[in-house]
Amino acid sequence: MKIKLQIWRQKSPKDKGQFKTYTLEDVSPEMSFLEMLDALNEKLITTGEDEPVAFEHDCREGICGCCSLYINGRPHGPAEKTTTCELHMRSFKDGSTIVIEPFRAKSFPVMRDLIVDRNAFDKIMQAGGFINIDAGSALDANTHLIKKEYADEAFNSAICIGCGACVAACKNASAMLFVSAKVSQYALLEQGKVEGKERVESMVAKMDELGFGNCTNTYACEVECPKGISVENIARLNREFINAKLS
Amino acid sequence: MTKLDAKIPKGPLAEKWTTYKANAKLVNPANRKKLDIILVGTGLAGGAAASTLGEMGYNVKAFCFQDTPRRAHSVAAQGGINASKNYKNDGDSDYRLFYDMIKGGDYRAREANVYRAAEVSANTIDQLTAQGVPFAREYGGTLDNRSFGGVQVSRTFYAKGQTGQQCLLGAYSGMMRQVSKGTVTMYPRRDVLDIVLIDGKARGVISRNLVTGEIERHSAHAVILATGGYGTVYYLSTLAVNSNASAAWAAYKKGAFFANPSFIQIHPTSIPVLNEYQAKLTLMSESLRNDGRIWVPKKKGDKRHANDIPEEERDYYLERRYPAFGNLVPRDVASRAAKERCDAGYGVGETGLAVNLDFKDAIAKQGKAAIEGKYGNLFEMYEKITGINPYTEPMRIYPAGHYTMGGLWVDYDLQTTVPGLFAIGEANFSDHGANRLGASSLMQCAGDGYFIIPYTISNYLADEIKTAKPSTDLPEFVEAEKAVIEKISKLMSVKGKQSVTSFHKRLGKILWDYSGMARNEEGLKKALTLIDELKEEFWNNVNVPGSDQELNQELERAGRVADFFEIGKLIVQDGLNRKESCGAHFREESQTEGGEAKRDDKNYSYVAAWEYQGGEKDPKLHKEPLKFEFVELKERSYK
Ligand SMILES: Cc1cc2nc3c(=O)[nH]c(=O)nc-3n(C[C@H](O)[C@H](O)[C@H](O)COP(=O)(O)OP(=O)(O)OC[C@H]3O[C@@H](n4cnc5c(N)ncnc54)[C@H](O)[C@@H]3O)c2cc1C
Ligand code: SF4
Ligand code: FES
Repeated sequence: MKIKLQIWRQKSPKDKGQFKTYTLEDVSPEMSFLEMLDALNEKLITTGEDEPVAFEHDCREGICGCCSLYINGRPHGPAEKTTTCELHMRSFKDGSTIVIEPFRAKSFPVMRDLIVDRNAFDKIMQAGGFINIDAGSALDANTHLIKKEYADEAFNSAICIGCGACVAACKNASAMLFVSAKVSQYALLEQGKVEGKERVESMVAKMDELGFGNCTNTYACEVECPKGISVENIARLNREFINAKLS
Repeated sequence: MTKLDAKIPKGPLAEKWTTYKANAKLVNPANRKKLDIILVGTGLAGGAAASTLGEMGYNVKAFCFQDTPRRAHSVAAQGGINASKNYKNDGDSDYRLFYDMIKGGDYRAREANVYRAAEVSANTIDQLTAQGVPFAREYGGTLDNRSFGGVQVSRTFYAKGQTGQQCLLGAYSGMMRQVSKGTVTMYPRRDVLDIVLIDGKARGVISRNLVTGEIERHSAHAVILATGGYGTVYYLSTLAVNSNASAAWAAYKKGAFFANPSFIQIHPTSIPVLNEYQAKLTLMSESLRNDGRIWVPKKKGDKRHANDIPEEERDYYLERRYPAFGNLVPRDVASRAAKERCDAGYGVGETGLAVNLDFKDAIAKQGKAAIEGKYGNLFEMYEKITGINPYTEPMRIYPAGHYTMGGLWVDYDLQTTVPGLFAIGEANFSDHGANRLGASSLMQCAGDGYFIIPYTISNYLADEIKTAKPSTDLPEFVEAEKAVIEKISKLMSVKGKQSVTSFHKRLGKILWDYSGMARNEEGLKKALTLIDELKEEFWNNVNVPGSDQELNQELERAGRVADFFEIGKLIVQDGLNRKESCGAHFREESQTEGGEAKRDDKNYSYVAAWEYQGGEKDPKLHKEPLKFEFVELKERSYK
């Protein structure tokens, strides 16, 4: 396949940045999207045409949340419930042009080319994304019985990979889906209920403080989330939040 | 002759750890905040250690190269985490888990450490559950278990196919809690490039800020390495692609012995290589072998579609060779059997380097829904990558580099041969002998971090209370920093023609061909020459573009690959030295008539610990004899 690429190049956080165009002549449909970028970098390095394109990646199997990329106007590209590293070139047509940008959000500054700083997510976690329990003081794991249904639902919330696609997809750059997934996971488990009130209040406050926007229920986040995190989590967060305010 | 003292407590196996804890020195809470610990690596092992040491009140400085600890390679573990809870009442116990690991490791691990790993396993499940890890549950609300990796009890706790992610996030949440309390300081996007020794003790590290390129000095009273495994030395492996050996290698060069480097597990069920740009091999969890049947055609070079090959023309070679364990034989055995069939010309797919993993019978018997319930996410992942639907035709799989049993040598305290330098998790060599059983790495990582290192490092730090925090202006820091900068400048200044990755691929191929699933003297010797030649070429012709004063991923890679040449060589030297076959290490010269691995307990019942001798000099071998006081050495048979 022949592919034309328009890629955002930005040398440093302070640099203004611009799009640059590259072409690749023999892309195989078997390649993953990131392998296609590897091929581009290999070409740039050996020909000296330009510096290689910086992009973040590690596991390359959809679980670490490193890869990001805004591809043809969609976080993680065109395929449903798929991270960029799981995307394959067979999703694109021969001769097509692909536009690649970093995730854009005020709270995710660009560091270089396609790499953004998502440290704000750690800060939200530090505000309450945990259960206060010291090693050594845990009771036997079967002390709390948890209905399978709730455990499964908690798991479905817990599989968020912290990629930030929800933020990039949202016109307000809200982190509501990310925060609500964590709040829900704990709210559904006995262990997490004790501190439920404090958790939801401080995580939401931190999210606001870090410059993420408000949730206006457009649900673009759910559509673009590679892990299928449901907006029902947002509804649950809102319930938890209201209960916290009332109690 | 040797400097190796494993410091194993005396007494019966089941009492050693209790005895140790009862006699270990303690640091009183008021003194802990005066003591700094540097922790390199925040995967499951490092994350668990950071949160626990923080809770105790130590000052922890934690480093990782990703932007956040939540992305460490532990996140990718799929199948489960073992613990001897015996919730299933099926005869499990600490001893049984210990015994399975010793036997599974082909009698090349140290009894006392393995027993302790089994002993603390139950508590790690309590801890992770309390932290909110949503392990799978039964309808009655209790935790569920499954059987995993060729053992006869159900002791594996799991969270669908995302057990590693959930355990890591549990540890990560504990770490974030300590960051908010100020006991843990995170240094993300840092490559730790050297360890600093003062008066022979580990007192700090040199790191590179991966965003600004700045070289930094950090000092502490002790250093822990939790940097994971080096399976990426093969280039293609199931590991996250940035996994590397550089910090452990720096420790080796500063005097920490490196143990059993050639013990590398090749996992039998990974998706085969599909194209020449492939950067990574995706694991298909071992749990699939509970229901999938592995086969190749009986006819050589049979190119028919798998579904067109009738039952009587299929060779279910694992069931044929190992009737007792069948498709559930341990990983090393399954991998070698696949290689044997493919080398003999029976492999499937374009390249002939693949075998079928077939769910036809399981689907017929249990229904599609049941199979989907168990493996849905794996089937989806397989289809995303290959475009093939495994519900209607067999998966194709092939072995891939997966886990390094070898690592930094540590004693019972998990301390390396450098005082004050500890190694935990996959980075050490301690618990898996020559082969690791499924779901026992997460178990070891969590156990090391939550329940072992807090005691053993305190035992060390108790004598350091009066030591002032070393100044980073000391000549040792200045020199270490200088060496790091020199290496970087050297890499930047070659300005050759080939990319770092192209060298990494070639190195990986040499190691895979001559030091992979099967090894022999001739091949290993050839590999040594080839590695030397390639290394020479690398230092003359590598091209690292850009500058070292900025975010430069090629430079990061170059440093790692430069180290891979050296560790690759040590892997081969270790394999040459060990003329027996054991576990994952298969020397073709040492096999039974039936082609099974043949151990040589008389001559090789030891841990091979290598000491760096400087420059290009051959490393010096130290032997830690393995004494089996509590189990009897047997031939490992799965027939
Ligand atoms: C695909 C796959 C599936 C697996 N499934 C299972 C399973 O089901 N059950 C099981 O028990 N085991 C499994 N394993 C094995 C297990 O996941 C690993 O052995 C384990 O997670 C290693 O954890 P760790 O904490 O030692 O290191 P890692 O999680 O690898 O973490 C290493 C850390 O060190 C940091 N680091 C490394 N070098 C440097 C440096 N120079 N400077 C700064 N930081 C550095 C990294 O940033 C990271 O934080 C699997 C492995 C793979 C590859
Ligand atoms: S909620 Fe979905 S999109 Fe948002 S960070 Fe988590 S996985 Fe990514
Ligand atoms: S690289 Fe890990 S999720 Fe894509």
